[in-house]
Amino acid sequence: MKRHLISAADLTRDDAILILDTAEELAHIAERPIKKLPTLRGRTVVNLFFEDSTRTRISFEAAAKRLSADVINFSAKGSSVSKGESLKDTALTLQAMGADAVVIRHHASGAPHRLAGSGWLRGSVVNAGDGTHEHPTQALLDAFTMRRRLAGGRGDLEGRRITLVGDVLHSRVARSNVLLLATLGAEVTLVAPPTLLPIGVETWPCTVSYDLDAPLPKSDAVMMLRVQRERMNAAFFPTEREYSRRYGLDLRRMAMLPEHAIVMHPGPMNRGMEIAAEVADSTRSTIVEQVTNGVSVRMAVLYLLLGGNEPALSAPSTTGTEEIAK
Amino acid sequence: MTAPRNTPGGTSAARPKDLDPATARTVLDPSDINRALTRIAHEIVERAKGADDVVLLGIPTRGVALARRLGERLASIEDGAEVPVGALDITMYRDDLRLGPARALERTEIPAEGIDGKLVVLVDDVLYSGRTIRAALDALNDIGRPRAVQLAVLVDRGHRELPIRADYVGKNLPTSQRETVKVHLAEYDGRDAVLLGTRAADPAAHTDAEK
Repeated sequence: MKRHLISAADLTRDDAILILDTAEELAHIAERPIKKLPTLRGRTVVNLFFEDSTRTRISFEAAAKRLSADVINFSAKGSSVSKGESLKDTALTLQAMGADAVVIRHHASGAPHRLAGSGWLRGSVVNAGDGTHEHPTQALLDAFTMRRRLAGGRGDLEGRRITLVGDVLHSRVARSNVLLLATLGAEVTLVAPPTLLPIGVETWPCTVSYDLDAPLPKSDAVMMLRVQRERMNAAFFPTEREYSRRYGLDLRRMAMLPEHAIVMHPGPMNRGMEIAAEVADSTRSTIVEQVTNGVSVRMAVLYLLLGGNEPALSAPSTTGTEEIAK
Repeated sequence: MTAPRNTPGGTSAARPKDLDPATARTVLDPSDINRALTRIAHEIVERAKGADDVVLLGIPTRGVALARRLGERLASIEDGAEVPVGALDITMYRDDLRLGPARALERTEIPAEGIDGKLVVLVDDVLYSGRTIRAALDALNDIGRPRAVQLAVLVDRGHRELPIRADYVGKNLPTSQRETVKVHLAEYDGRDAVLLGTRAADPAAHTDAEK
Protein backbone atom coordinates (compact mmCIF):
# COMPACT_ATOMS: atom_id res chain seq x y z
CA MET A 1 0.00 0.00 0.00
CA LYS A 2 1.29 3.42 -0.89
CA ARG A 3 0.93 6.29 1.51
CA HIS A 4 3.32 8.66 -0.21
CA LEU A 5 3.95 10.04 -3.67
CA ILE A 6 7.72 10.28 -3.99
CA SER A 7 8.46 9.15 -7.52
CA ALA A 8 6.57 8.77 -10.76
CA ALA A 9 8.04 5.26 -10.82
CA ASP A 10 5.88 4.38 -7.79
CA LEU A 11 2.73 4.69 -9.88
CA THR A 12 1.31 1.72 -11.71
CA ARG A 13 -0.63 2.35 -14.88
CA ASP A 14 -3.87 1.89 -12.92
CA ASP A 15 -2.71 4.34 -10.24
CA ALA A 16 -1.84 6.92 -12.86
CA ILE A 17 -5.14 6.48 -14.70
CA LEU A 18 -7.05 6.72 -11.40
CA ILE A 19 -5.31 10.01 -10.58
CA LEU A 20 -5.94 11.39 -14.09
CA ASP A 21 -9.59 10.30 -14.08
CA THR A 22 -10.12 11.80 -10.62
CA ALA A 23 -8.46 15.03 -11.77
CA GLU A 24 -10.75 15.08 -14.81
CA GLU A 25 -13.80 15.08 -12.53
CA LEU A 26 -12.25 17.61 -10.17
CA ALA A 27 -11.45 19.96 -13.05
CA HIS A 28 -15.18 20.72 -13.29
CA ILE A 29 -15.08 22.18 -9.77
CA ALA A 30 -13.08 25.09 -11.16
CA GLU A 31 -16.03 26.01 -13.40
CA ARG A 32 -18.46 26.30 -10.52
CA PRO A 33 -19.33 29.47 -8.66
CA ILE A 34 -18.29 27.76 -5.40
CA LYS A 35 -14.94 26.13 -6.03
CA LYS A 36 -14.86 24.13 -2.86
CA LEU A 37 -15.50 20.61 -1.61
CA PRO A 38 -15.81 19.59 2.05
CA THR A 39 -13.80 16.41 1.54
CA LEU A 40 -10.63 17.13 3.55
CA ARG A 41 -12.28 19.22 6.27
CA GLY A 42 -10.23 19.00 9.45
CA ARG A 43 -7.12 17.68 7.72
CA THR A 44 -3.88 19.63 7.80
CA VAL A 45 -1.57 19.89 4.81
CA VAL A 46 1.86 21.44 5.34
CA ASN A 47 3.72 22.93 2.39
CA LEU A 48 7.33 22.46 3.45
CA PHE A 49 9.43 24.43 0.98
CA PHE A 50 13.20 24.45 1.36
CA GLU A 51 13.58 25.90 -2.12
CA ASP A 52 11.78 28.85 -3.64
CA SER A 53 8.81 27.97 -5.79
CA THR A 54 5.83 30.21 -6.04
CA ARG A 55 4.06 28.30 -8.80
CA THR A 56 4.13 24.84 -7.22
CA ARG A 57 3.44 26.08 -3.71
CA ILE A 58 0.44 28.15 -4.77
CA SER A 59 -0.84 25.24 -6.83
CA PHE A 60 -0.68 22.83 -3.89
CA GLU A 61 -2.15 25.48 -1.61
CA ALA A 62 -5.10 26.10 -3.94
CA ALA A 63 -5.65 22.35 -4.32
CA ALA A 64 -5.68 21.71 -0.57
CA LYS A 65 -7.93 24.71 0.08
CA ARG A 66 -10.45 23.67 -2.56
CA LEU A 67 -10.74 20.40 -0.67
CA SER A 68 -11.25 22.35 2.60
CA ALA A 69 -7.99 21.21 4.21
CA ASP A 70 -6.14 23.54 6.55
CA VAL A 71 -2.92 24.67 4.90
CA ILE A 72 0.26 25.67 6.65
CA ASN A 73 2.99 27.16 4.48
CA PHE A 74 6.41 26.57 5.87
CA SER A 75 9.23 28.27 4.05
CA ALA A 76 12.75 27.36 5.15
CA LYS A 77 13.95 30.88 4.57
CA GLY A 78 13.72 32.80 7.82
CA SER A 79 12.71 29.69 9.77
CA SER A 80 14.60 27.57 12.28
CA VAL A 81 16.10 25.72 9.33
CA SER A 82 18.26 28.75 8.65
CA LYS A 83 19.35 28.51 12.29
CA GLY A 84 20.60 24.99 11.64
CA GLU A 85 17.59 22.78 12.43
CA SER A 86 17.75 19.38 10.78
CA LEU A 87 15.12 17.83 8.52
CA LYS A 88 14.38 15.36 11.30
CA ASP A 89 13.63 18.05 13.86
CA THR A 90 11.46 19.93 11.38
CA ALA A 91 9.58 16.70 10.69
CA LEU A 92 9.08 16.00 14.39
CA THR A 93 7.70 19.50 14.83
CA LEU A 94 5.23 18.97 11.98
CA GLN A 95 4.26 15.60 13.43
CA ALA A 96 3.64 17.22 16.80
CA MET A 97 1.40 19.77 15.10
CA GLY A 98 -0.66 17.00 13.55
CA ALA A 99 0.21 17.32 9.88
CA ASP A 100 -1.77 14.80 7.83
CA ALA A 101 0.28 15.44 4.72
CA VAL A 102 3.57 17.14 4.04
CA VAL A 103 4.24 18.53 0.59
CA ILE A 104 7.98 18.90 0.40
CA ARG A 105 10.22 20.76 -2.03
CA HIS A 106 13.92 20.32 -1.28
CA HIS A 107 17.15 21.16 -3.06
CA ALA A 108 18.59 17.75 -2.14
CA SER A 109 17.57 14.78 -4.26
CA GLY A 110 16.10 12.15 -1.96
CA ALA A 111 14.92 14.43 0.87
CA PRO A 112 11.22 13.44 0.44
CA HIS A 113 12.25 9.78 0.33
CA ARG A 114 14.11 10.25 3.61
CA LEU A 115 11.12 12.00 5.16
CA ALA A 116 8.72 9.28 4.05
CA GLY A 117 10.91 6.34 5.03
CA SER A 118 12.14 7.58 8.37
CA GLY A 119 9.08 7.11 10.52
CA TRP A 120 9.36 10.71 11.72
CA LEU A 121 5.94 11.47 10.31
CA ARG A 122 2.71 9.55 10.38
CA GLY A 123 1.16 11.49 7.51
CA SER A 124 1.62 11.22 3.76
CA VAL A 125 4.59 12.77 2.02
CA VAL A 126 4.20 14.30 -1.43
CA ASN A 127 7.32 15.13 -3.40
CA ALA A 128 6.98 18.61 -4.89
CA GLY A 129 10.43 18.51 -6.47
CA ASP A 130 13.68 17.26 -4.96
CA GLY A 131 16.96 18.48 -6.41
CA THR A 132 17.51 17.08 -9.88
CA HIS A 133 15.61 13.89 -9.04
CA GLU A 134 11.82 13.97 -9.48
CA HIS A 135 8.69 16.08 -9.58
CA PRO A 136 5.88 13.55 -9.93
CA THR A 137 2.90 15.90 -9.75
CA GLN A 138 4.39 17.98 -12.57
CA ALA A 139 4.60 14.82 -14.68
CA LEU A 140 1.00 13.99 -13.80
CA LEU A 141 -0.24 17.43 -14.81
CA ASP A 142 1.72 17.21 -18.05
CA ALA A 143 0.21 13.79 -18.77
CA PHE A 144 -3.22 15.18 -17.89
CA THR A 145 -2.73 18.05 -20.34
CA MET A 146 -1.56 15.67 -23.10
CA ARG A 147 -4.45 13.30 -22.46
CA ARG A 148 -6.95 16.15 -22.70
CA ARG A 149 -5.47 17.52 -25.92
CA LEU A 150 -4.53 14.24 -27.62
CA ALA A 151 -6.80 11.54 -26.25
CA GLY A 152 -10.04 13.35 -25.38
CA GLY A 153 -9.32 13.11 -21.65
CA ARG A 154 -9.69 9.34 -21.51
CA GLY A 155 -7.52 6.27 -21.08
CA ASP A 156 -3.76 6.25 -21.41
CA LEU A 157 -1.31 7.69 -23.95
CA GLU A 158 -0.58 4.43 -25.74
CA GLY A 159 1.48 5.02 -28.86
CA ARG A 160 1.66 8.82 -28.54
CA ARG A 161 5.03 10.26 -29.44
CA ILE A 162 6.36 12.79 -26.96
CA THR A 163 9.61 14.72 -27.40
CA LEU A 164 11.32 16.29 -24.38
CA VAL A 165 13.94 18.86 -25.25
CA GLY A 166 16.68 20.57 -23.31
CA ASP A 167 18.44 20.38 -19.99
CA VAL A 168 17.64 16.78 -19.03
CA LEU A 169 20.64 16.61 -16.71
CA HIS A 170 19.26 19.10 -14.22
CA SER A 171 15.60 18.42 -14.85
CA ARG A 172 13.50 16.55 -12.34
CA VAL A 173 10.57 17.25 -14.63
CA ALA A 174 12.20 15.26 -17.43
CA ARG A 175 12.93 12.25 -15.26
CA SER A 176 9.41 12.09 -13.80
CA ASN A 177 7.88 12.63 -17.22
CA VAL A 178 9.90 9.88 -18.89
CA LEU A 179 8.92 7.41 -16.16
CA LEU A 180 5.24 8.32 -16.13
CA LEU A 181 4.82 8.60 -19.89
CA ALA A 182 6.43 5.19 -20.34
CA THR A 183 4.01 3.77 -17.77
CA LEU A 184 1.16 5.29 -19.77
CA GLY A 185 2.40 3.70 -22.99
CA ALA A 186 3.82 6.76 -24.76
CA GLU A 187 7.01 6.71 -26.82
CA VAL A 188 9.37 9.30 -25.39
CA THR A 189 12.33 10.86 -27.17
CA LEU A 190 14.81 12.98 -25.24
CA VAL A 191 16.65 15.63 -27.22
CA ALA A 192 19.58 17.38 -25.57
CA PRO A 193 23.23 18.25 -26.06
CA PRO A 194 25.38 15.31 -24.85
CA THR A 195 26.66 17.44 -21.99
CA LEU A 196 23.14 17.93 -20.61
CA LEU A 197 22.25 14.24 -20.45
CA PRO A 198 22.68 12.41 -17.15
CA ILE A 199 24.85 9.33 -16.76
CA GLY A 200 22.70 6.24 -17.12
CA VAL A 201 20.13 7.86 -19.42
CA GLU A 202 20.45 4.80 -21.66
CA THR A 203 18.66 2.77 -18.99
CA TRP A 204 15.65 5.11 -19.06
CA PRO A 205 12.59 3.89 -20.96
CA CYS A 206 13.07 6.31 -23.87
CA THR A 207 15.20 7.04 -26.92
CA VAL A 208 17.83 9.77 -26.98
CA SER A 209 18.72 12.09 -29.83
CA TYR A 210 21.05 15.06 -30.24
CA ASP A 211 19.10 16.45 -33.15
CA LEU A 212 15.84 18.29 -32.60
CA ASP A 213 14.70 18.53 -36.22
CA ALA A 214 14.45 14.77 -36.76
CA PRO A 215 11.72 13.78 -34.24
CA LEU A 216 9.56 16.90 -34.66
CA PRO A 217 7.49 15.82 -37.71
CA LYS A 218 6.40 12.69 -35.84
CA SER A 219 5.74 14.25 -32.41
CA ASP A 220 2.29 14.56 -30.86
CA ALA A 221 3.67 16.81 -28.15
CA VAL A 222 6.97 18.58 -27.69
CA MET A 223 7.95 19.66 -24.20
CA MET A 224 10.64 22.28 -23.80
CA LEU A 225 12.65 22.17 -20.57
CA ARG A 226 13.96 25.28 -18.92
CA VAL A 227 17.67 25.91 -19.14
CA GLN A 228 18.47 26.03 -15.45
CA ARG A 229 21.07 28.73 -15.27
CA GLU A 230 21.18 28.48 -11.47
CA ARG A 231 22.35 24.88 -11.67
CA MET A 232 24.88 25.48 -14.45
CA ASN A 233 28.19 25.13 -12.64
CA ALA A 234 30.25 24.21 -15.70
CA ALA A 235 30.38 24.99 -19.41
CA PHE A 236 27.64 22.70 -20.71
CA PHE A 237 27.32 24.50 -24.02
CA PRO A 238 29.43 27.15 -25.75
CA THR A 239 26.99 30.06 -25.88
CA GLU A 240 23.34 30.71 -25.19
CA ARG A 241 22.92 31.70 -28.81
CA GLU A 242 24.25 28.38 -30.03
CA TYR A 243 22.03 26.47 -27.60
CA SER A 244 19.03 28.43 -28.74
CA ARG A 245 19.83 27.79 -32.41
CA ARG A 246 20.27 24.02 -31.96
CA TYR A 247 17.78 23.22 -29.22
CA GLY A 248 15.37 26.16 -29.08
CA LEU A 249 11.84 25.89 -30.42
CA ASP A 250 11.22 28.69 -32.89
CA LEU A 251 8.50 29.29 -35.48
CA ARG A 252 10.40 27.37 -38.16
CA ARG A 253 10.60 24.27 -35.99
CA MET A 254 7.02 24.61 -34.77
CA ALA A 255 5.91 24.52 -38.40
CA MET A 256 7.51 21.07 -38.70
CA LEU A 257 5.12 19.64 -36.14
CA PRO A 258 1.99 17.75 -37.22
CA GLU A 259 -1.26 19.74 -37.27
CA HIS A 260 -2.55 18.40 -33.94
CA ALA A 261 0.70 18.58 -31.99
CA ILE A 262 1.00 20.68 -28.85
CA VAL A 263 3.88 22.64 -27.34
CA MET A 264 4.45 22.35 -23.61
CA HIS A 265 6.72 23.94 -21.05
CA PRO A 266 6.71 23.36 -17.30
CA GLY A 267 7.62 27.00 -16.66
CA PRO A 268 9.12 29.32 -15.77
CA MET A 269 10.25 30.01 -19.35
CA ASN A 270 13.37 31.66 -20.67
CA ARG A 271 11.72 33.35 -23.63
CA GLY A 272 14.07 33.55 -26.58
CA MET A 273 16.31 30.87 -25.13
CA GLU A 274 14.67 27.43 -25.17
CA ILE A 275 11.40 28.74 -26.60
CA ALA A 276 10.67 31.68 -28.88
CA ALA A 277 8.14 34.18 -27.56
CA GLU A 278 5.90 33.67 -30.62
CA VAL A 279 5.81 29.93 -29.96
CA ALA A 280 5.10 30.37 -26.26
CA ASP A 281 2.15 32.61 -27.10
CA SER A 282 0.79 30.53 -29.98
CA THR A 283 -2.46 28.59 -29.84
CA ARG A 284 -0.51 25.34 -29.77
CA SER A 285 1.13 26.25 -26.52
CA THR A 286 -0.49 24.69 -23.44
CA ILE A 287 1.68 26.53 -20.93
CA VAL A 288 -1.14 28.40 -19.19
CA GLU A 289 -3.41 25.35 -19.38
CA GLN A 290 -0.74 23.30 -17.59
CA VAL A 291 -0.92 25.67 -14.62
CA THR A 292 -4.71 25.30 -14.39
CA ASN A 293 -4.46 21.53 -14.74
CA GLY A 294 -1.86 21.46 -11.97
CA VAL A 295 -4.48 22.40 -9.40
CA SER A 296 -6.87 19.63 -10.50
CA VAL A 297 -4.14 17.01 -10.52
CA ARG A 298 -2.87 18.01 -7.08
CA MET A 299 -6.43 17.94 -5.75
CA ALA A 300 -6.73 14.40 -7.07
CA VAL A 301 -3.44 13.35 -5.44
CA LEU A 302 -4.36 14.88 -2.07
CA TYR A 303 -7.84 13.36 -2.22
CA LEU A 304 -6.60 9.88 -3.09
CA LEU A 305 -3.91 9.97 -0.38
CA LEU A 306 -5.94 11.63 2.38
CA GLY A 307 -9.62 11.26 1.50
CA GLY A 308 -10.14 7.88 3.13
CA ASN A 309 -8.71 6.08 6.12
CA GLU A 310 -6.13 4.64 3.78
CA PRO A 311 -4.86 5.81 0.40
CA ALA A 312 -6.52 4.64 -2.78
CA LEU A 313 -3.29 4.07 -4.63
CA SER A 314 -2.39 0.41 -5.05
CA ALA A 315 -4.08 -0.60 -1.82
CA PRO A 316 -5.61 -4.03 -1.34
CA SER A 317 -8.82 -4.54 -3.25
CA THR A 318 -11.99 -3.61 -1.40
CA THR A 319 -15.23 -1.96 -2.30
CA GLY A 320 -15.12 0.28 0.78
CA THR A 321 -18.03 1.00 3.04
CA GLU A 322 -21.41 0.41 1.58
CA GLU A 323 -23.91 1.78 3.93
CA ILE A 324 -24.12 5.42 2.97
CA ALA A 325 -24.74 4.50 -0.60
CA LYS A 326 -26.79 1.55 0.55
CA MET B 1 -5.80 -0.92 -7.20
CA THR B 2 -8.48 -0.21 -4.69
CA ALA B 3 -10.96 1.70 -6.65
CA PRO B 4 -11.38 1.08 -10.31
CA ARG B 5 -13.37 3.57 -12.30
CA ASN B 6 -17.02 3.19 -11.62
CA THR B 7 -17.90 2.31 -15.10
CA PRO B 8 -20.60 -0.27 -15.59
CA GLY B 9 -19.09 -3.41 -14.21
CA GLY B 10 -16.80 -1.45 -11.86
CA THR B 11 -17.16 -0.85 -8.16
CA SER B 12 -20.69 0.39 -8.07
CA ALA B 13 -21.97 -2.26 -10.39
CA ALA B 14 -20.91 -4.63 -7.62
CA ARG B 15 -22.92 -2.82 -5.00
CA PRO B 16 -25.04 -3.60 -3.14
CA LYS B 17 -23.20 -6.71 -2.05
CA ASP B 18 -24.00 -9.93 -3.80
CA LEU B 19 -26.98 -11.81 -2.53
CA ASP B 20 -26.95 -15.34 -1.27
CA PRO B 21 -28.73 -17.14 -4.14
CA ALA B 22 -30.51 -19.40 -1.65
CA THR B 23 -32.36 -16.49 -0.06
CA ALA B 24 -32.68 -14.07 -2.99
CA ARG B 25 -36.16 -13.48 -4.30
CA THR B 26 -37.42 -11.10 -6.95
CA VAL B 27 -39.60 -8.37 -5.53
CA LEU B 28 -39.93 -6.29 -8.71
CA ASP B 29 -39.80 -7.71 -12.22
CA PRO B 30 -39.23 -5.68 -15.40
CA SER B 31 -42.90 -4.79 -15.88
CA ASP B 32 -43.20 -3.74 -12.21
CA ILE B 33 -40.21 -1.43 -12.64
CA ASN B 34 -41.70 -0.06 -15.84
CA ARG B 35 -45.04 0.66 -14.23
CA ALA B 36 -43.42 2.21 -11.15
CA LEU B 37 -41.38 4.61 -13.31
CA THR B 38 -44.40 5.52 -15.42
CA ARG B 39 -46.41 6.25 -12.28
CA ILE B 40 -43.58 8.34 -10.77
CA ALA B 41 -43.33 10.32 -14.03
CA HIS B 42 -47.06 11.08 -13.90
CA GLU B 43 -46.80 12.07 -10.23
CA ILE B 44 -43.95 14.45 -11.00
CA VAL B 45 -45.91 16.12 -13.80
CA GLU B 46 -48.98 16.36 -11.61
CA ARG B 47 -47.18 17.91 -8.67
CA ALA B 48 -45.06 20.24 -10.78
CA LYS B 49 -48.04 21.11 -13.02
CA GLY B 50 -46.05 20.24 -16.11
CA ALA B 51 -42.38 19.53 -16.68
CA ASP B 52 -41.20 22.99 -17.73
CA ASP B 53 -38.67 23.68 -15.00
CA VAL B 54 -37.98 20.11 -13.95
CA VAL B 55 -34.36 18.92 -13.88
CA LEU B 56 -33.68 15.25 -13.14
CA LEU B 57 -30.39 14.48 -11.40
CA GLY B 58 -29.51 10.83 -10.98
CA ILE B 59 -27.14 9.67 -8.26
CA PRO B 60 -24.54 7.32 -9.81
CA THR B 61 -24.57 4.65 -10.81
CA ARG B 62 -28.07 3.29 -11.13
CA GLY B 63 -29.85 6.50 -10.24
CA VAL B 64 -28.49 7.98 -13.47
CA ALA B 65 -30.08 5.26 -15.60
CA LEU B 66 -33.37 5.67 -13.71
CA ALA B 67 -33.23 9.45 -14.20
CA ARG B 68 -32.75 8.95 -17.96
CA ARG B 69 -35.75 6.63 -18.11
CA LEU B 70 -37.86 9.08 -16.13
CA GLY B 71 -36.74 11.86 -18.46
CA GLU B 72 -37.97 9.91 -21.50
CA ARG B 73 -41.31 9.26 -19.84
CA LEU B 74 -41.75 12.90 -18.84
CA ALA B 75 -41.02 13.91 -22.43
CA SER B 76 -43.66 11.54 -23.78
CA ILE B 77 -46.27 12.59 -21.19
CA GLU B 78 -45.61 16.27 -21.83
CA ASP B 79 -45.62 15.99 -25.61
CA GLY B 80 -41.94 15.99 -26.34
CA ALA B 81 -40.95 18.55 -23.73
CA GLU B 82 -37.17 18.56 -23.22
CA VAL B 83 -36.45 17.51 -19.66
CA PRO B 84 -32.78 18.03 -18.72
CA VAL B 85 -31.22 14.94 -17.15
CA GLY B 86 -27.89 14.95 -15.34
CA ALA B 87 -25.79 13.08 -12.83
CA LEU B 88 -24.71 14.14 -9.36
CA ASP B 89 -21.77 12.34 -7.77
CA ILE B 90 -21.82 12.61 -3.99
CA THR B 91 -18.53 10.87 -3.20
CA MET B 92 -16.73 14.01 -2.03
CA TYR B 93 -19.63 14.87 0.28
CA ARG B 94 -20.02 11.49 2.00
CA ASP B 95 -19.86 11.47 5.79
CA ASP B 96 -18.17 8.07 5.87
CA LEU B 97 -15.23 8.88 3.59
CA ARG B 98 -12.78 8.34 6.40
CA LEU B 99 -14.19 4.94 7.30
CA GLY B 100 -12.83 3.34 4.15
CA PRO B 101 -10.19 3.83 1.48
CA ALA B 102 -10.53 6.87 -0.76
CA ARG B 103 -13.05 6.04 -3.49
CA ALA B 104 -12.87 6.74 -7.17
CA LEU B 105 -15.08 9.60 -8.24
CA GLU B 106 -18.02 9.16 -10.53
CA ARG B 107 -19.29 11.56 -13.12
CA THR B 108 -21.14 14.73 -12.24
CA GLU B 109 -22.97 16.22 -15.18
CA ILE B 110 -25.06 19.26 -14.52
CA PRO B 111 -27.29 20.15 -17.52
CA ALA B 112 -26.17 23.29 -19.33
CA GLU B 113 -29.26 25.17 -18.16
CA GLY B 114 -28.01 24.85 -14.59
CA ILE B 115 -30.24 24.25 -11.60
CA ASP B 116 -30.89 27.79 -10.38
CA GLY B 117 -34.60 28.37 -9.93
CA LYS B 118 -35.46 24.87 -11.19
CA LEU B 119 -37.32 22.01 -9.59
CA VAL B 120 -34.57 19.46 -9.08
CA VAL B 121 -35.74 15.87 -8.70
CA LEU B 122 -32.97 13.69 -7.25
CA VAL B 123 -33.26 10.11 -8.48
CA ASP B 124 -31.74 7.08 -6.77
CA ASP B 125 -32.38 3.35 -6.83
CA VAL B 126 -32.67 2.52 -3.11
CA LEU B 127 -33.43 4.82 -0.16
CA TYR B 128 -31.95 3.39 3.03
CA SER B 129 -30.14 5.39 5.74
CA GLY B 130 -30.76 8.72 3.99
CA ARG B 131 -27.09 9.67 4.19
CA THR B 132 -26.60 9.56 0.44
CA ILE B 133 -29.41 12.07 0.04
CA ARG B 134 -27.98 14.31 2.76
CA ALA B 135 -24.69 14.30 0.86
CA ALA B 136 -26.56 15.04 -2.37
CA LEU B 137 -28.28 18.05 -0.78
CA ASP B 138 -24.87 19.36 0.30
CA ALA B 139 -23.52 18.84 -3.19
CA LEU B 140 -26.49 20.68 -4.73
CA ASN B 141 -25.83 23.58 -2.40
CA ASP B 142 -22.41 24.09 -3.97
CA ILE B 143 -23.74 23.93 -7.52
CA GLY B 144 -26.64 26.32 -7.39
CA ARG B 145 -29.93 27.25 -5.79
CA PRO B 146 -32.87 25.19 -7.03
CA ARG B 147 -36.42 26.45 -6.49
CA ALA B 148 -37.19 23.16 -4.77
CA VAL B 149 -35.64 19.74 -4.42
CA GLN B 150 -37.64 16.52 -4.51
CA LEU B 151 -36.60 12.90 -4.23
CA ALA B 152 -37.65 9.94 -6.35
CA VAL B 153 -36.50 6.40 -5.51
CA LEU B 154 -37.29 3.03 -7.01
CA VAL B 155 -37.28 1.27 -3.62
CA ASP B 156 -37.64 2.63 -0.09
CA ARG B 157 -36.38 -0.03 2.26
CA GLY B 158 -36.67 1.92 5.53
CA HIS B 159 -34.09 2.14 8.35
CA ARG B 160 -33.60 5.89 8.02
CA GLU B 161 -30.85 7.49 10.09
CA LEU B 162 -31.74 11.05 9.09
CA PRO B 163 -35.01 12.97 8.80
CA ILE B 164 -35.33 12.42 5.06
CA ARG B 165 -38.20 10.94 3.05
CA ALA B 166 -38.89 10.43 -0.60
CA ASP B 167 -41.52 12.36 -2.57
CA TYR B 168 -41.95 9.56 -5.12
CA VAL B 169 -41.47 5.89 -4.29
CA GLY B 170 -41.65 3.00 -6.73
CA LYS B 171 -42.13 0.44 -3.99
CA ASN B 172 -42.03 0.54 -0.21
CA LEU B 173 -40.16 -2.59 0.78
CA PRO B 174 -40.09 -3.49 4.48
CA THR B 175 -36.71 -5.11 5.15
CA SER B 176 -34.59 -6.21 8.05
CA GLN B 177 -31.15 -4.68 8.32
CA ARG B 178 -29.44 -7.98 7.63
CA GLU B 179 -31.16 -8.09 4.28
CA THR B 180 -29.82 -6.49 1.15
CA VAL B 181 -31.72 -4.96 -1.72
CA LYS B 182 -30.08 -5.38 -5.10
CA VAL B 183 -31.28 -3.42 -8.08
CA HIS B 184 -30.45 -4.72 -11.53
CA LEU B 185 -30.96 -2.41 -14.49
CA ALA B 186 -30.65 -3.37 -18.13
CA GLU B 187 -28.15 -0.53 -18.72
CA TYR B 188 -25.64 -2.08 -16.32
CA ASP B 189 -26.71 -5.63 -15.56
CA GLY B 190 -28.39 -6.76 -18.74
CA ARG B 191 -31.84 -7.09 -17.15
CA ASP B 192 -34.28 -5.25 -14.94
CA ALA B 193 -35.05 -6.69 -11.48
CA VAL B 194 -35.11 -5.82 -7.81
CA LEU B 195 -33.93 -8.66 -5.59
CA LEU B 196 -34.16 -9.03 -1.83
CA GLY B 197 -32.09 -11.46 0.19
CA THR B 198 -29.29 -11.85 2.67
CA ARG B 199 -25.70 -11.13 1.81
CA ALA B 200 -23.57 -13.90 0.47
CA ALA B 201 -20.36 -14.77 2.29
CA ASP B 202 -21.03 -12.40 5.15
CA PRO B 203 -21.25 -14.48 8.34
CA ALA B 204 -22.13 -11.40 10.40
CA ALA B 205 -25.41 -11.16 8.53
CA HIS B 206 -26.44 -14.50 9.99
CA THR B 207 -25.11 -14.16 13.52
CA ASP B 208 -26.00 -10.74 14.80
CA ALA B 209 -29.15 -10.05 12.88
CA GLU B 210 -32.53 -9.34 14.47
CA LYS B 211 -31.14 -8.28 17.84
